[in-house]
Amino acid sequence: MQPRTSGVDEKLKNELSKQGIFTTTLQNLYNWGRTNSIWPLNFGLACCAIEMIATTMARYDMARFGAEVFRPSPRQADLMIVAGTVTKKMAPLVVRLYNQMPEPKYVISMGACAISGGPFKQGYNVLKGIDRFIPVDIYIPGCPPRPEALLDAFMELQKKIDEQTLTGEKRPRHLNAGEPSEFVVPRYGAHDLEPTKNPNLWKAPLVQISQAGTDESGSH
Amino acid sequence: MNLEAIKSEIEANVPGCRLELVANPSPSGQHSLRTGAEHAVAVAVYLRDAEDLRFDFCSNVTGIDWPSREVSQKVKVRKLVDGVEQEVEEVRKTALPGTLEVVYHLFSVEKKHGPISLRMSTIDRDANVHLPSLTPVWRSAELQEREIFDLFGVVFDGHPDLRRLLMWPDFTDHPMRRDYVDPDDYEYEPTAHDEVLRRAQQHRSEADEEHPGEAGER
Amino acid sequence: MSTATHPTAHFDLQPTDGPGKEQLLELSMGPQHPSTHGVFRMKVVLDGERVVRLKPVFGYLHRNHEKIAESETYLGSMPYTDRLDYMCSITNNWAYALAVEKLAGIQVPERAEYLRVITGELTRLQNHACLIGFLMQDMGSSGTPLMYAFREREKILDLFESLTGARMMCNYMRFGGCRVDLPAGWLDQAKKVVADFPRFLDEYEQLLVSNEILMDRTQDVGVLSRELAVSAGISGPMARASGVDYDIRKVDRYSIYDRFTFRVPLGSHGDVYDRFMVRLLEMRESVSILEQAMRDIPSGPIVDPKMKIRGFRPKPGEAYGRIEAPKGELGFYLVSDGSPNPYRYRVRPPSLINLTVLEDLCVGRNVADIVAILGSIDIVLGEVDR
Repeated sequence: MQPRTSGVDEKLKNELSKQGIFTTTLQNLYNWGRTNSIWPLNFGLACCAIEMIATTMARYDMARFGAEVFRPSPRQADLMIVAGTVTKKMAPLVVRLYNQMPEPKYVISMGACAISGGPFKQGYNVLKGIDRFIPVDIYIPGCPPRPEALLDAFMELQKKIDEQTLTGEKRPRHLNAGEPSEFVVPRYGAHDLEPTKNPNLWKAPLVQISQAGTDESGSH
Repeated sequence: MNLEAIKSEIEANVPGCRLELVANPSPSGQHSLRTGAEHAVAVAVYLRDAEDLRFDFCSNVTGIDWPSREVSQKVKVRKLVDGVEQEVEEVRKTALPGTLEVVYHLFSVEKKHGPISLRMSTIDRDANVHLPSLTPVWRSAELQEREIFDLFGVVFDGHPDLRRLLMWPDFTDHPMRRDYVDPDDYEYEPTAHDEVLRRAQQHRSEADEEHPGEAGER
Repeated sequence: MSTATHPTAHFDLQPTDGPGKEQLLELSMGPQHPSTHGVFRMKVVLDGERVVRLKPVFGYLHRNHEKIAESETYLGSMPYTDRLDYMCSITNNWAYALAVEKLAGIQVPERAEYLRVITGELTRLQNHACLIGFLMQDMGSSGTPLMYAFREREKILDLFESLTGARMMCNYMRFGGCRVDLPAGWLDQAKKVVADFPRFLDEYEQLLVSNEILMDRTQDVGVLSRELAVSAGISGPMARASGVDYDIRKVDRYSIYDRFTFRVPLGSHGDVYDRFMVRLLEMRESVSILEQAMRDIPSGPIVDPKMKIRGFRPKPGEAYGRIEAPKGELGFYLVSDGSPNPYRYRVRPPSLINLTVLEDLCVGRNVADIVAILGSIDIVLGEVDR
């Protein structure tokens, strides 16, 4: 993780703070405000939702991270925790909700089902991963992941937001006028969704197969 | 509960019906009664209302797909072989038509006995897939028959609201049938085998045709 | 989007301009909604606040569990049954194990039966507690009863974790017994949890039972008559609240439930308040069963020694096995053709069948009552859609 630069010489900063003057950069302040008050969208789909609820309960308290306020409306939320299996029937609604969220918005893909279809991968109605249609920031493996895993993912997301710059090439999507913030909503087709995936976001991984016919993927 | 006795009682009281006792070879001992489509509703009403039976609780409605299959039998026939009539063993193949079966499990809340199973079959799996709906007899069949319509394709005549239950309305296939082929979803497995490996090899060869010389995973 | 694919195209009720020019409003509650217990959608036609028609839409969590089971072995489907009713994974496992044991004629040793009863009743306790918590949360109590319920649930999940290795997806039952035996000290810890439970129930009752808002919002709301309950296949606490005296633990006497003395609470009105009270009283009965079981548990094997799991091929045939799950009658119907995979594997989902009467209960009530009624039916979408 890059150390935060405050733009001012460190010794001067210490002297000033002893006098009761606090210096920082606009970027640090902006990021600090956003990391400590992420409002998730009330969006549990399946079993992982119960672990998400357990994370907000008294034992694994998520309120101490500033994320206690789960908003029912996507217009007021900035984090969507996709917790549970996304089925093809549900996928257009997930994407539509994501489009309705205002920027900056983040997605945590919680659980094996939301990452890649999980144990229900051989399903005619299961979407093999929500990252086929919306960009995902953090993936949490597990079936279901423990509440501590969700808290760890939350802290990773906070770190990621902390490192975002306001200007420059690597600035995030919401500060870049060229990047889209709404993604194509699939429609119900006769046999499958149309389109089956968003080609700008997700490319199918190809299995490397050697000439002898055995599977060598993962070997490089 | 003696299923033979129940069968004779129903046949005596519901005019025209002929039930078949289907034995269940497993240790569970849950044998079932097969009924034809014409008298199914009358049989169901009798099962529900008869004083000694009172099967008022339809617990489970299941659909089963039996695809058509060929049964080979070795038959001895007399044939002319090299001018001499001999008894030769011949393999005779008969085609059993496919059918969709619906099984109802019934219990009695009043008398606290059960289960008995009631079965019905369609004529074939393509055009003649109509069966009478038992929803007017037992309300609990309503959603379960809708599901069988959705996933198997059995059309229930007399159902108050026959639409798809689990899949979206524009979906055209019946996914629980044995011959349904999943759409190709570009599944990824690190150690692929069988169907996933075959599809992955197909994707690989298609990608190589499109972009020849491009190595590795994108 | 064209009207042909518009989500409400299937309602053929158009807004009318009748006498008094009443306009009907078509509203879609869900599938993303703070109080629908998962991805469940209800298309509601409203006349002001009053519900005129209600059509539930299912399938947003349809994960084709039954199709996957046809390509898995019998034991391979056991972890998938965990994910059916994901609040109560152990009772799902138990129902499936019971069905396979009926299919193949497998016996279960004594100690395994006691272990099954203990873990099953613990599951029932945490399910009913959470259900009451969720019902209160949906009616607007901002989380306090839910927090108390989850506090107790965490204690029970700790027990499950030390026993099976997982909090929620326990995968604990096997055909002919259980997977692991109790670790040292587990029984004492469980006895402590069960001994503390009545204090939590007293706290709950004191807070909730004579609460004015609860009584106002739930008494005479969503009344389900006894005849409709039986005809519609309603089972579990929802049927018992309408006066249907049918508890599968007493009727089928599966496992060793005939050794325990416990009562079956029945309601007389069939409204939401009765369903809430029946669950409170059932928790007390579960505590009593647990005390008896933990007192009497013998030693011995936990799995049938004659049972071999490698190459398990039951003879061709079929079986229907059911238990009294916390939500109702959970049954599994298995058809075997002699191969290692089941030919047909069917789950009888209590939550789906209990939803048959949702429209009947809600028509004529206000929108706010829909939430209370749905909360009292106790649905889990993993089971409704499978």
